[in-house]
Amino acid sequence: MDPALRELGEHIATVFPREVLRWSAPLDELRACVEREAIVSVLMHLRDDVNCQFKQLMDVCGVDHPARSRRFDVVYNLLSLTHNRRIRIKLETDEETPVPSVVGVFSAANWWEREVWDLMGIHFSDHPDLRRIMTDYGFDGHPLRKDFPLTGYVEMRYDDEQKRVVYEPVKLAQEYRRFDFLSPWEGVQRVLPGDEKAEPANGDDA
Amino acid sequence: MAETQIKNFTMNFGPQHPSAHGVLRLVLEMDGEVIERADPHIGLLHRGTEKLIEYKSYLQAVPYFDRLDYVAPQNQEHAFALATEKLLGIEVPPRGQAIRVLYAEIGRILNHIFNVTTFAMDVGAMTPVLWSFEHRELLMEFCERASGARLHMGYFRPGGVAFDLPDGLTDDIEAWCDIFPQCIDDIESLLTENRIFKQRTVDIGAISVEQAFDWGFSGPNLRAAGVPWDLRRAQPYDGYENYAFEIPIGKHGDCYERYLVRIAEMRESVKIMRQAIEMMPAGPVKTIDGKVAPPKRADMKRSMEALIHHFKLYTEGYNVPEGETYTAVEAPKGEFGVYLVADGTNRPYRCKIRAPGFAHLQALDLLTKGHMLADIVANIGSLDIVFGEIDR
Repeated sequence: MDPALRELGEHIATVFPREVLRWSAPLDELRACVEREAIVSVLMHLRDDVNCQFKQLMDVCGVDHPARSRRFDVVYNLLSLTHNRRIRIKLETDEETPVPSVVGVFSAANWWEREVWDLMGIHFSDHPDLRRIMTDYGFDGHPLRKDFPLTGYVEMRYDDEQKRVVYEPVKLAQEYRRFDFLSPWEGVQRVLPGDEKAEPANGDDA
Repeated sequence: MAETQIKNFTMNFGPQHPSAHGVLRLVLEMDGEVIERADPHIGLLHRGTEKLIEYKSYLQAVPYFDRLDYVAPQNQEHAFALATEKLLGIEVPPRGQAIRVLYAEIGRILNHIFNVTTFAMDVGAMTPVLWSFEHRELLMEFCERASGARLHMGYFRPGGVAFDLPDGLTDDIEAWCDIFPQCIDDIESLLTENRIFKQRTVDIGAISVEQAFDWGFSGPNLRAAGVPWDLRRAQPYDGYENYAFEIPIGKHGDCYERYLVRIAEMRESVKIMRQAIEMMPAGPVKTIDGKVAPPKRADMKRSMEALIHHFKLYTEGYNVPEGETYTAVEAPKGEFGVYLVADGTNRPYRCKIRAPGFAHLQALDLLTKGHMLADIVANIGSLDIVFGEIDR
């Protein structure tokens, strides 16, 4: 690990002993998972501390892991021009629990958070203007969630009789094709037909 | 006389407006001719690129990046290719890197020609577009000769570039590098000291360094505010550290300086292109790892292994080890970042695209507050906004 990254990681872990849950630097990119409620103070510190100086918030995004109980990651990518360094702050949340908005720390977060709300359905508390941003006016659902189908639920066409655009449920002439790329020699977990009566080989399957 | 009630006027600008540079709907709150508040409504070109990429293999995801900022497609591919390579842990051979640098700079000039001249058109100068689009056309021909496509190249792929350059192409690009500075001079002779152009742009939409940081500015817009920050210099990728070039900066961060910075950057890009051609090493253009890059056609006729590799790559693709990265390049518009989360399969688990224009457009309210209605056009033009990347 780059000694500068280690130093920075240890620094934030010392300043926020309870709030920073863990940090690591795989691929020479420093990332730290923090407590959800602490995000504003952590980002404030990262922005203003002399050793950090992360003056720019480059990106906020959400990642969906439906299998987890707190299914969403919210990821903040920060950049320090002074130290020429990046850091990634992550926190976990679920569908209900709102994340404190960081618009007060970085104005740029405004639209990024609106986008996360729109596409992932993660709430942000104290956001000044949490409207949808990417999807259509009156859109229902959060398209970047893993359980949202790629084709969506509605399709749109111009209705000549009503002289306006109408929404209808998606009708597919052909089922959308998804290929299972997992090679039967590598990834497959299920029991192949005919194999179910086979003896487990020397405890391998146990 | 009875007291009259003065009410602010709310006005729609767009979604179909020639100087909105795409489908931007601006809801403007006007006090007479003065803008009180600008509320950009974006998303009219939203195509769900990030969602689509989650259902495509890594190679199939490349063309989506062309269609983000369609003015300079190759720079977007560059970010995705670098991110994937980082996760895969592979190196691009020197010739591949040099070709990428060459074409990334072609993309930068493509973008700056487009932006500077359409910006000039927005504020009333018609001629620069007509003069410089000829050069844009020539550049697109270079793209076509390298990749087969004028616009959406699909040329920078994880592992290198798709094909080697055909014979004689670098000579032609070098010859073009000799004539192009004349074109920049011509544009400058029309605009830089032009009284009307300066009246429309000087001190319009000025942004301070602190504000630029706060609003996540990057690229020429940040440099025009006076910050000498360029990812090609600060966090070099693909051998940019070996090229000599200057980073032009402004002082006030107004529309005029954003224009000047882009003009100066075009000259620097020509310099880099010359160096890339001069230093162009021989050798392979993509990694020789058969698990990532396809084999040569000729090998496939004789080698069973090459045939298998080819088949596997174009059906299943390659598996990228679990991990995540935020990789950014200095795209012509600013920092274009890709936050890629891989889960060990052949498809990205999540691919967040950080478009520079998104952050820039967000600051439009700040930039236009208190300006006149006509200045909003100058602001949009100088911010360099393309809706392909903002709406994704």
